[in-house]
Amino acid sequence: MNALQKLLGWVDARFPLTATYKAHLSEYYAPKNFNFWYFFGSLALLVLVIQIVTGIFLVMHYKPDGSLNAAGVPVAFASVEYIMRDVDWGWLVRYLHSTGASAFFVVVYLHMFRGMIYGSYRKPRELIWIFGVIIYLVLMAEAFMGYLLPWGQMSYWGAQVIINLFAAVPFIGNDLSLWIRGDFVVGDATLNRFFSFHVIAMPLVLLALVAAHLVALHEVGSNNPDGVEIKKKKGEDGKPLDGIPFHPYYTVKDILGVVVFLIAFSAVVFFAPEMGGYFLEANNFIPADPLKTPAHIAPVWYFTPYYAILRAVPPLLGSQFPGVLLMGVAVLIFFALPWLDRSPVKSIRYRGPIYKWFLAAFVISFIGLGWLGILPATPLYTWIARILSVVYFAFFLLMPWYTKIDKTKPEPERVTG
Amino acid sequence: MKLIKQLFALLAFVPLVAAAAGGAEIPLDKAPVNLSDKASLQRGAKMFVNYCLNCHSASYMRYTRLQDIGLTEEQIKDNLLFASEKPGDTMTVNMSYKDAKVWFGAAPPDLTVIARSRNPDWLYTYLRSFYRDETRPTGWNNTAFDKVGMPHVMASLQGEQVAHFKKVKDHEGAEHEVFDRFELVKPGTVSQAQYDSMVGDLVNYLAWMAEPAKTKRMQTGLLVLAFLGLFFIIAYYLKKEFWKDVH
Repeated sequence: MNALQKLLGWVDARFPLTATYKAHLSEYYAPKNFNFWYFFGSLALLVLVIQIVTGIFLVMHYKPDGSLNAAGVPVAFASVEYIMRDVDWGWLVRYLHSTGASAFFVVVYLHMFRGMIYGSYRKPRELIWIFGVIIYLVLMAEAFMGYLLPWGQMSYWGAQVIINLFAAVPFIGNDLSLWIRGDFVVGDATLNRFFSFHVIAMPLVLLALVAAHLVALHEVGSNNPDGVEIKKKKGEDGKPLDGIPFHPYYTVKDILGVVVFLIAFSAVVFFAPEMGGYFLEANNFIPADPLKTPAHIAPVWYFTPYYAILRAVPPLLGSQFPGVLLMGVAVLIFFALPWLDRSPVKSIRYRGPIYKWFLAAFVISFIGLGWLGILPATPLYTWIARILSVVYFAFFLLMPWYTKIDKTKPEPERVTG
Repeated sequence: MKLIKQLFALLAFVPLVAAAAGGAEIPLDKAPVNLSDKASLQRGAKMFVNYCLNCHSASYMRYTRLQDIGLTEEQIKDNLLFASEKPGDTMTVNMSYKDAKVWFGAAPPDLTVIARSRNPDWLYTYLRSFYRDETRPTGWNNTAFDKVGMPHVMASLQGEQVAHFKKVKDHEGAEHEVFDRFELVKPGTVSQAQYDSMVGDLVNYLAWMAEPAKTKRMQTGLLVLAFLGLFFIIAYYLKKEFWKDVH
């Protein structure tokens, strides 16, 4: 027994190091038939790490201060430009963080879509799904608050618009939005509390939820593109016949996914960090000015589907509350997915045509709403957004009905590779 | 049914709608931006210091950074700095923004990142589109920025031009006045072609100043992509080797 083994033995007697390593990596059996869609979970974890590490370095130089400096520019805005110019490699750290925010939503949306097409939210994985939806909600809050920090015109007016949504809540709305802002308009108080939430509160919650998401996943085991349980067919050694140890098989496979992702990510970071104004908006290079409202305020692309739903709902008795409510429901409805789906099969591979049509309509509505949310609202666009909103909700609300009547194919006994 | 008709009508007009949403009312001229042309960037820096930096600051931009476009610290000190400034200072103006607000109605915006909020083509068009308009307090107006508060500070170079407008009917039959052409009524000290080239240098400089790290960013990006490309090959064969025994 050499010194390293001795040390490991010493640790294992006091902390389940080897046991944890085995349970989550070397003896965690994952289905062998993961396809392209299964890269996005590990990629989401990678982006989380990128955001945390770059965030740590940004906080060293960023100043959450809405007051004006000697040149008449808000200190917060000037500090971001300081990072872009005077901090060694500051531009890289900042672009990694700003591109990372969009990349996070790209991989999370694809990760969620994977869960939807293969029925990964179904029994016994409801809690994994619920933790995941909470992660998505926290991520939205995290991104929204982070977007205020550069203190440009879009940061400022985007925050103003979103916080004002809370004012539409009956009776307590005005007090609620005042309480969130900490001032009568978005100001230094708002900036500082958003900074605090963005760098401490939300990341802590996010990390805890990601841990819960993974613990729950490793408890029940991963789903797979066939939607069959590999634990049902075990060999004489008690290991699933269609399972392979996560490490080394999926670690080396995920490394490949990571490299491909980093190539795409680097292409944006180094050659198109503004992404044509979708990742960094032109208006956000103008310092926040409480007296000058931009002609067209649009949220960043990852919020636009919900923004389009918000604008599509007509006001009721002069109140925008129905729109706000429906926008909230549009996000929260993901929680109900495990109980809305009544299909006897999990995976899209064995589902019938009705489900596939509904899913296609849902994807079109989500992308269509996202596109409309970027454009200024015209009467015609508003009507299209209304139709697409109905399609969006129909996918969920009619699911108990159409998944039940749909003609499914029999699931195989084992995974099909 | 009406809705379906509207939908079809919409599809036909998608490109038009997209163009209108861009907000450009006059066609923009292409700015001759070339970040590797150091002579142009240096001429532009000189233009910027002489013509812009009296009212507009570039308060995130340090003079020393001009070494990136090939100027030495001596050249910066001798040609671009006033007596009290040091090369490590940022490009600020002596006028306080509070005074400026009272005098001009709005403080002249900081120009450090102006090429990122306004694109270079717009800046290039704007700086060449001032025309005489006696209805304006400054005597100047601009086709790219109607009722602009800024006077034509480079009029001595370009000279004075007037704008001619023409009446056009839109598809609903309503008449609108649209810009037709400029006419030079008082020549400046340089020819129009020279003026365009000078403004081109200035806009090139503004584009560079908005993101001085851009050239380094792209160079670094190529190295990063080359590394990742190699890493991909290794990762690919690593995965293939491990997965040989999975059936």
